[in-house]
Amino acid sequence: MFKYKTSIILKNQIKELLLFKHRLLAVIIIIIILSSWLIARMFYLQVIQHSYYTTLSKQNAIGLLPLPPARGLIYDRNGVLLARNIPVYSLMVIPDKVSNLTKELIQIQKIIPLSAAELQVFHRQIKQHLDFQEVPLKLKLSAKQVAEFAVENYRFPGFEVKAELIRQYPFKKMFSHVIGYVGRINAAELNQVNLSNYAETNYYGKTGIENYYETTLHGNVGYQRVETDASGQIVRILKTIPSVAGSNIYLTIDSKLQAATQAAMQGYNGAAIVIQPKTGQVLAMVSLPVFNPNQFVKGISSKAYAKLLNDPNRPLYNRATHGLYAIGSTIKPFIGLEALATGTVTPAYQIYDPGWYKIPGSTHVFHDWQKGGHGIVNLHKAIMVSCDTFFYTVAYNLGITPIDHVLTEFGFGQLTGINFPNELAGTVPSPAYKRQVTGQSWYTGDTVNTVIGQGYYQATVIQLANAAAALANRGVRYRPTLLYAIQPVGKSLILQPKQSLPRADITDKQIWYEIISAMQDVIKQGTAYNFGPTPYTVAAKTGTAQVRNNPNQVTTGLTKNELSNSIFIAFAPVKKPQIAVAVIIEHSPHTAVKVARQIMDYYLITENHWHPKANSSPSNTTTKTS
Amino acid sequence: MSVLDLLRRRFRKREVGTRYRTFLQLLHVDLFLLITLLLVILFGFFILYSAGNEHIKIIIHQIMHILGALLVMLLLAQIPPWIYERWSPGFYAFSLITLLAVLIMGKMSLGAQRWLSLGIIRFQPSELMKLAIPMLLAWFFANRELPPKMKDIGTALLIIFIPAAITMKEPDLGSAIILIASGGCILLLAGLSWRLILSIIGLVIIATPFLWHFMHGYQKQRILTFLNPERDPLGAGYHIIQSKIAIGSGGFLGKGWLQGTQSHLHFLPEHTTDFIFAVSGEEFGFIGCTALLILYLIIVGRCLSIALKAQNTYTRLLAGSLGFLFFISVFINMGMVIGLLPVVGLPLPLVSYGGTSMITILASFGILMSIHGHKNLL
Repeated sequence: MFKYKTSIILKNQIKELLLFKHRLLAVIIIIIILSSWLIARMFYLQVIQHSYYTTLSKQNAIGLLPLPPARGLIYDRNGVLLARNIPVYSLMVIPDKVSNLTKELIQIQKIIPLSAAELQVFHRQIKQHLDFQEVPLKLKLSAKQVAEFAVENYRFPGFEVKAELIRQYPFKKMFSHVIGYVGRINAAELNQVNLSNYAETNYYGKTGIENYYETTLHGNVGYQRVETDASGQIVRILKTIPSVAGSNIYLTIDSKLQAATQAAMQGYNGAAIVIQPKTGQVLAMVSLPVFNPNQFVKGISSKAYAKLLNDPNRPLYNRATHGLYAIGSTIKPFIGLEALATGTVTPAYQIYDPGWYKIPGSTHVFHDWQKGGHGIVNLHKAIMVSCDTFFYTVAYNLGITPIDHVLTEFGFGQLTGINFPNELAGTVPSPAYKRQVTGQSWYTGDTVNTVIGQGYYQATVIQLANAAAALANRGVRYRPTLLYAIQPVGKSLILQPKQSLPRADITDKQIWYEIISAMQDVIKQGTAYNFGPTPYTVAAKTGTAQVRNNPNQVTTGLTKNELSNSIFIAFAPVKKPQIAVAVIIEHSPHTAVKVARQIMDYYLITENHWHPKANSSPSNTTTKTS
Repeated sequence: MSVLDLLRRRFRKREVGTRYRTFLQLLHVDLFLLITLLLVILFGFFILYSAGNEHIKIIIHQIMHILGALLVMLLLAQIPPWIYERWSPGFYAFSLITLLAVLIMGKMSLGAQRWLSLGIIRFQPSELMKLAIPMLLAWFFANRELPPKMKDIGTALLIIFIPAAITMKEPDLGSAIILIASGGCILLLAGLSWRLILSIIGLVIIATPFLWHFMHGYQKQRILTFLNPERDPLGAGYHIIQSKIAIGSGGFLGKGWLQGTQSHLHFLPEHTTDFIFAVSGEEFGFIGCTALLILYLIIVGRCLSIALKAQNTYTRLLAGSLGFLFFISVFINMGMVIGLLPVVGLPLPLVSYGGTSMITILASFGILMSIHGHKNLL
């Protein structure tokens, strides 16, 4: 039985072996086909598509880490630090990397408590940023919070503590309008800048010098090529291109004078600008009321911001460059110059002022500010006592064209070109302007109104100050500037040269003497008698302007008298002017004069810029910074 | 059959034999196979050291795995093939029972269960099945006329699909595929008619939607993602995308040993186990990958030559199927890593970190060596 079975199997085995050999051959063929398939695929991936996958691999592992530049510092002309950078630790969130933001925000508050205001600012900023951009959640973490977060960091992907330098203004409210402030950069600003240079920059100059010199202050971004692992952690740094810090800026501002100016104006709304006539440098620029710029750096809460916005005194509004004012009688020296230059009047020319004026052939009465008039008035007295009637006559005789000419010559109705953002040009009214705005033709009455600084006439304080400086220079004009020097990082100061503007046509020294001596008498026995006697010589002109329909000024709840703004321009000393001042105080007649007195006393006496004995020796004001 | 008996038999043979036998031949070890296996294992150490972020600990563990597996191989090589043949049905039955036990325990603990814990020894019954199915089928066909008849084919399919279905339920798609492939290898070698093979393939294609229905969500995901990895680049497609980046960025010569960024920076998931081939692709390039594949093919070639020289149907079928199965395992893993096949959790034989698969693979080589080393002199 056993033998039989064996024989059957043996018989089959020859056939089976042949079959097996065939099948083995089939298996070998299958193996060869499959192996070739593998090799072909590997060849395709590794040789043909190699560069494609190399790019993907590098995108995985190599990251460019931008290094933000330190923002340039801002100093005053004497090297007093006005804007600095201080290190703070902030909790940043990259929304893209957070799986459930609402939940994580609740979790994080167990370590770092967040106020409702902070959350509100955060949610607002999230909307202003792209999802992969960092959004600050809490600024100024305490050392304890930084340490506690470090322990729990792994639980919060997308959250990180970041050390960064933030802007700080040590003088707080003092320079709120001049320097302005930086704030978190927003989407609109990101659209304006070179995105790669701002890759890691969180702040942008929003107003003032911070805004105007944004490019200079910002510097250039640096980069680190880093290798990162799958969780985004940096494994090693491959190459570092350091950032270049922004240049430091030295302002022409004298911070002590700025403080004195602000102190002199305290309690009022208004603006004052002090210019060094021989250079056009702005020594002080104050707009009141002020605000604390530091709160904008931190990210102002909407409540605090609304409070500033809705404050009837409008603290955010820079009256020095944006405020359009009627300049009142301070226009008269300029009209006087033109009247003498054209020969319309001579120093001896006199009129009788009954207290009113009628254009010949008209019945409309223009009143002098003084009821009853000033009696017999020549040009000298007309400037000294600010006689309106005299200037009505002059205006009638001159006509509007020479008036426009002289005002334009002294920089009114055009941008002064000061290195400051969003300067306004104001208006010098002309027949063409009136027709364009109202569609009506020009009347002689309009001309008469113009010469007392009313009517369509509008000017900024910086225009007025620069015009005062031009008076001080006897017609020589410079572009007003706030920039004293730039200091690129690691280099020495680059002093900024003064920039000339076309001088006024009037060169006759006799004409200048006439007007300036009249302006000196404004202090001694004229409208600015409350300026008081001074050891130095001063030339000045007062002005009072009715506030009409000026939406930028508060008029509610004021009496008619209080509606008037007081305006004052002055320069001193008369022979070699060191300082030219323009002051506008809203709703407070005569105050501007007292303010100017304090400013001038501070600069000339306290700061010792008046050298009565060394009158002929060259002044060294500009070389004060060292 | 006691160990003493075995020793006595060998001793007798030596007395009778006229050929000179080396020590390794005495141990029934095939030197050629051993050297090629060790070459792949050595290559694997280099890849694993890099994939394991240069921790020597992972290499030490792997050496332990390999030493254990080599010991199993050596022991299995000592057992003569006729014992395997005799015990094939018993081994299959044992494997099936443990497989069922795992399934039931898994059901009870409401989760995936692949392991059976017997005191200190834990093992995966599906790994046993990878050997048990070829052994039982080789035994089954050795006692029947070949090419197999329809009735026998039906029995064979049952032998294959019962454990495969249980394994798929575990769920372990990769092992189930290997089980089906191992049975398929035997059927192919046993002489299943080509017409039938083609119709089975056709049937599988028709059955695919039905199979789809029985698949787990994650298994469906894998197949969908395989067809289009970019469908879910951060989820299910992440593995295959990162794997292809690793392979492709390696280029012709590779980035160099320990220079692979995809694995070192953890972009490549499972880079010490199922996706280790991607590490070799990244660091050793096309050259390295091809060299590794050729080493594998040399091993497969040796297995097939053992099958060809085998003396009876059982050993022939077993050796042939084990060799072919080894190739299939390599092919499935490589194909998965380079994006030819869907991601099924299968290690790269002899290279991937882990003890279980290493033991199964080297055990199959132990059987092959036994077949080669125990030839009756006719």
